Amino acid sequence: MQTKIRVENLNFYYGNFQALKNISMEIYENKITALIGPSGCGKSTFIKSINRMYDLIDGAVAKGSISFDEIEILDKNTDVVELRKRIGMVFQKPNPFPKSITENVLYGVKRHGDVPKIEWLALLESSLKKASLFSEVEHKLNQSAFSLSGGQQQRLCIARTLATKPEVLLMDEPTSALDPIATAKIEELLEELKKEYTVIIVTHSMQQAARISDYTGFFLNGELIEFGLTKTLFSTPKDKRTEDYITGRFG
Amino acid sequence: MTKKKKRWLEEKSIEWVLIMVSVISILTTVGIVMTLFYESYEFFTVVSIKEFFTTLRWAPVFDPPSFGVLPLLSGTFLIAFLSSFISLPLGLGSAIYLSEFASKKARKIIKPILELLAGIPSIVYGFFALTFITPIIRSVLPDTSIYNALSASIAVGIMTLPMVASLSEDAMMAVPDSIRQGAYALGSTKLEVAIHVIVPAAFSGIGASFMLAISRAVGETMIVAIAAGQTPTFTLNPLESVQTMTGFMVNMALGDIQQGSIEFKTVFVVGALLFLVTLVMNFIAKFVIQKNREVY
Repeated sequence: MQTKIRVENLNFYYGNFQALKNISMEIYENKITALIGPSGCGKSTFIKSINRMYDLIDGAVAKGSISFDEIEILDKNTDVVELRKRIGMVFQKPNPFPKSITENVLYGVKRHGDVPKIEWLALLESSLKKASLFSEVEHKLNQSAFSLSGGQQQRLCIARTLATKPEVLLMDEPTSALDPIATAKIEELLEELKKEYTVIIVTHSMQQAARISDYTGFFLNGELIEFGLTKTLFSTPKDKRTEDYITGRFG
Repeated sequence: MTKKKKRWLEEKSIEWVLIMVSVISILTTVGIVMTLFYESYEFFTVVSIKEFFTTLRWAPVFDPPSFGVLPLLSGTFLIAFLSSFISLPLGLGSAIYLSEFASKKARKIIKPILELLAGIPSIVYGFFALTFITPIIRSVLPDTSIYNALSASIAVGIMTLPMVASLSEDAMMAVPDSIRQGAYALGSTKLEVAIHVIVPAAFSGIGASFMLAISRAVGETMIVAIAAGQTPTFTLNPLESVQTMTGFMVNMALGDIQQGSIEFKTVFVVGALLFLVTLVMNFIAKFVIQKNREVY
């Protein structure tokens, strides 16, 4: 079992507010790591720091170390464009571009120019297939992405991310805006995706974390209270606060 | 009178007042259009439509007069066209900078300054063109006429720039942040996000700002009356003196022409033509907006 991302003593600040306190954890390759915890506990901030999305927020500062293969993510000189190609992200609400389905999936390769044009069609198909969307959209690839349902849009966003050939997938509550059927589809999909990718998923649903993840981290007030195998964490939590949370005493 | 009845009466009377108010503005518009077209009709009983639209000399007050409107049309479009080379790229560029690159602080300072540019009376731009832009052009190209289309176009372009910038920026700011984040998360640079995601997503608003700026340039009067000259010339050479439709109308309105005479009617026929041109442009703008509108 290989470590893909190693987080050491991560402290995160929005101005004067400290959102993450001394987080250290390891993300293992080809596993699904779920991050749970009540709203405002820092789990979303945590994944935003992995692909440096916090750069877009004024006053956000991360200190400590996040190493990803040979790269130090938090280093100022890290090429974030390159980093975000390798660490893809899917957001809470589906956010397709106001373009056709094809254009959405091929957006990344068209910008990066590292895939020859003759391979685009194959990439389009394989990305949509991996996101198990292909059969639903193959007859209308040139229609606007906005013509799809919410669940389909979210899978399109996954396909769009996969098309840039990332190694890691960050998912920030990807099913929170979806109905149960669409949610089930995405969960099924995750099972497939972990064969090829390392997945980190933030979820506010403990059931979801228990169903799909291999490892779980429990965040509370900016601290990582407990981290371990999902099975262990849910059956025999070591910390009283974890137990209180997963048995539904708060949150 | 019961309370209910009183309330009903109040509501009704207010409704009627509001209807009257809107009817006044509708009637005014109808009145203007009717005057324009009535006088134009009279004009065409004397001058043939064919002469008006196909001959190349516009000299209604000369003896013998000639009524070919093409020089005025060409002058108008020449200036609108040339000015768009300034207003559209610079306006869109400023909008992209303001919405995608500028920090909140920079935007707070720059946007009001840009909008101030829109508040300058057009006559000031006219004198600016004549006394500042024209000498610069003439120092580079000495053969340029004192009154020339280029100088006026530059001033019209600067005047309509803030409109493009402000409306385009509004359209771009209206694109939801989630779409921007999605693009950044796929490894896009700021420029790529702006050009490949935000501009296309805001295209309906940007296109509308373009059309508005161009129709504003078509209707612009004072700058062209001062800086472009009063010589109706059928030319595409921006260094020559030209006259636009609006420029002609100002000129005629200031001179003493007899009411009801054919010269008098030319003002209306040119006005009607100008009205049709801007109407068509507004329709195009509407069409562009509707065709490209995205609902988020």
